[in-house]
Amino acid sequence: MLKSLRQMATGEKAKIMTVNAVGEIGRRLRDMGLSPGTEIEILGRAPLKDPVSIRLKNYTLTLRNSEADFITVEGLEN
Amino acid sequence: MTTAEAFWKLEAKPKTIIALAGNPNSGKTTLFNAITGARQHVGNYPGITVERKEGTINLKNTHVKLIDLPGTYSLSAYSQEELVARNFLIDEKPDIVVDIVDATMLERHLYLAIQFFELGIPVVLALNMMDDAKKQGLRINRKKLSELLNCPVVETVARNGQGKKELIDVAIKQAQLKNKIWAPLDISYGTDIDLALDEMEEIIQAEDFMTVRYPARWIALKYLENDQEIITLGGQFTDISKRLTEIVEQTKEHCLKTLNIPPEAIIADYRYGLINSILKQNIIIQEKPQQERIQMTTRLDRFLVNRYFGPVLMIAILYGMFQITFSVGAIPMGWLENLFAWISQTATLLIPAGYLQSLVVSGIIDGVGGVLGFVPLIAIMFLMISFLEDSGYMARVAYMLDRILRIFGLHGYSAMPFIISGGIAGGCAVPGVMATRTLRSPKEKLATLLTAPFMPCGAKLPVFMLLVAAFFSEHQPLMMFSITLFAWIMALLVAKFVRSTVIRGKSTPFIMELPPYRLPTLRGIFIHTWERTWQYIKKAGTVILAVSILLWAAMTFPLLPQQQVSQFEMERNVALNTLSDSLERQETLTAINNREGQASLQHSLAGQVGTALEPVSKWAGFDWRTNIALVGGFAAKEVIVSTFGTAYSLGDIDPEAADTLSSRIASDSSWNKFTALAMIVFVLLYAPCVVTVVAMAKESSWRWAFFATIFNTMLGFGMAVSIYQIGTRLFA
Repeated sequence: MLKSLRQMATGEKAKIMTVNAVGEIGRRLRDMGLSPGTEIEILGRAPLKDPVSIRLKNYTLTLRNSEADFITVEGLEN
Repeated sequence: MTTAEAFWKLEAKPKTIIALAGNPNSGKTTLFNAITGARQHVGNYPGITVERKEGTINLKNTHVKLIDLPGTYSLSAYSQEELVARNFLIDEKPDIVVDIVDATMLERHLYLAIQFFELGIPVVLALNMMDDAKKQGLRINRKKLSELLNCPVVETVARNGQGKKELIDVAIKQAQLKNKIWAPLDISYGTDIDLALDEMEEIIQAEDFMTVRYPARWIALKYLENDQEIITLGGQFTDISKRLTEIVEQTKEHCLKTLNIPPEAIIADYRYGLINSILKQNIIIQEKPQQERIQMTTRLDRFLVNRYFGPVLMIAILYGMFQITFSVGAIPMGWLENLFAWISQTATLLIPAGYLQSLVVSGIIDGVGGVLGFVPLIAIMFLMISFLEDSGYMARVAYMLDRILRIFGLHGYSAMPFIISGGIAGGCAVPGVMATRTLRSPKEKLATLLTAPFMPCGAKLPVFMLLVAAFFSEHQPLMMFSITLFAWIMALLVAKFVRSTVIRGKSTPFIMELPPYRLPTLRGIFIHTWERTWQYIKKAGTVILAVSILLWAAMTFPLLPQQQVSQFEMERNVALNTLSDSLERQETLTAINNREGQASLQHSLAGQVGTALEPVSKWAGFDWRTNIALVGGFAAKEVIVSTFGTAYSLGDIDPEAADTLSSRIASDSSWNKFTALAMIVFVLLYAPCVVTVVAMAKESSWRWAFFATIFNTMLGFGMAVSIYQIGTRLFA
């Protein structure tokens, strides 16, 4: 089932399907390794539920929910 | 002769220029320091927003110039750092690029390497952090990786210098082999993109379009990637650039229609595809099963950035730093105080009484000494901040505070400049303002650097301690804490104000890596601390020295008219002749001397300025003596307490021995609790010191630096007046 990265729960694993951002944000997201096919896991969220921290490609990345909205994922079985 | 000139003057031996590049946190600078040795020949070259460091090493048969480029994730010109790195490679054509990659995150780090291959510059790959990789049970088949990437691969551990010799040897050999010839790698980005690239490359070749500077296919690639820097440069050749843009538009339309992805995304996808196809050929061998892998960072983060526990711990850590700075810092500060007292005494003995003695002792030694006295405090604070930075914790602070800071038009990256400026009391706004360089958006950066000087820096603290001791002695810790809290509130509110008026604009994305926790190296921390402390010391030797002399002159000249001087002389003679009791005589003489001191001060230029300001400043309860101190404080906040001492005719008041001065002020009829509060708030908020203003101008523009000077002073005065007026009317 497809959903946005924002909707993922802590500890959930998923595979990136699309990154819909263009321009600067899109470039930055791709530079940081957020490309289709990449597996990610939600590590947690900051005190006010934003930004979110995720694990991918053996490192930790944080981004705001507004950036997470550009990324659609498909849930993975744990 | 500068290092660079010296380097070029060296004869006979061949010279090799090696550029160190890599992602942030790849251990680049650690490796740079390990190779160049204990800071030898390291020069700082401040750029627009980033610095690049150079070092030289002298080998048996070649001289090597090493350039440490700023850390970048990509060459996409997203940030200033990336642009600086890219333009350096293109314009100065180093013999070889050493791309430092973190062996534990090969997949992401190779993204930059691929872009070097696209550019065609000769590359050597340094697989750094091999110790971490081993700990995680990872083994990397470097021979095979080297074959597939078609470039030498060397394993290194920057922290202990392992592999650095081999790395340099291989780099020099490869540089000689390639002999400055660039060979861009042709990567396939899928049929659509490839066809467009072919067509564009042909045009670029035929027209010699910017080919002096860039490889032809690379220009085409950047056009397809919508790289604003290259497109803007190409715009000068309108006709060719129009043809290229046409092809780009067609390709884009086609890609969006068939795949619903813009070309730039397709290009990135193919780069990652290439990386994956390489890594899939058993490059990374997982020796231990997955479960045994030490994921210290993720485990630590479960606590350190926990939604509930994280903020509590953050406050505890910041408070702990505050405590350590002051308790440990007090010891060497005492030594320095004694040292300056001794120098002062010696100077008094050696130089005959008169202007020269007065200038040297009260002007130079007291002024500069007062500032240098804070060096231990500053050094300890920077030591701890460097530790937090190098350990990776600062990134977590930015992550946890981003949401709150965003409410006020700031950014997660604003947290660090605030903390360095004194956000936990005792920092310095000069390095704080410089730390705003990490902010990418000019508007958020501006809002941060305009408000960071509100923080209670190390130089404002003595003023607060003095006034709190005098009027709120029963609530000292609480008052100091409230002052810090108030500073944060004001900084956030003013940031919100400027971000919704003069520097309105959307917030920029927050996409930040949380680097793995690492125990910082001692050398790294000391270099960091020393660089920052040295800037502070330099300030004392230059700006503060000049200001001290000026202030001394302003508080000394013009001299009291001869008539008044003889008046006081007469009074002294009367006292000497009439009073027989020696104690009483001494007291009367001191009183006369004090009155004479007061009179000459009031008559001096500074006194006249202070008196002239009194009609306005009295609204906040400040008399002419306070005005002198506050005007002096614009030069350097350290000056406030010492000027206060002189202005209150106590002779040479030691800024640290605030007790005597504080009791004097407490009993002075012109002072009350509200005057003290008004003064605290004013000192906290008014114009940043001159050095900070210069730093602000450097980081933004003189216009904004002036804006801050005027705006902050008006804001501080407005607050001070309201506190004094409301306080004295309602509660007195």
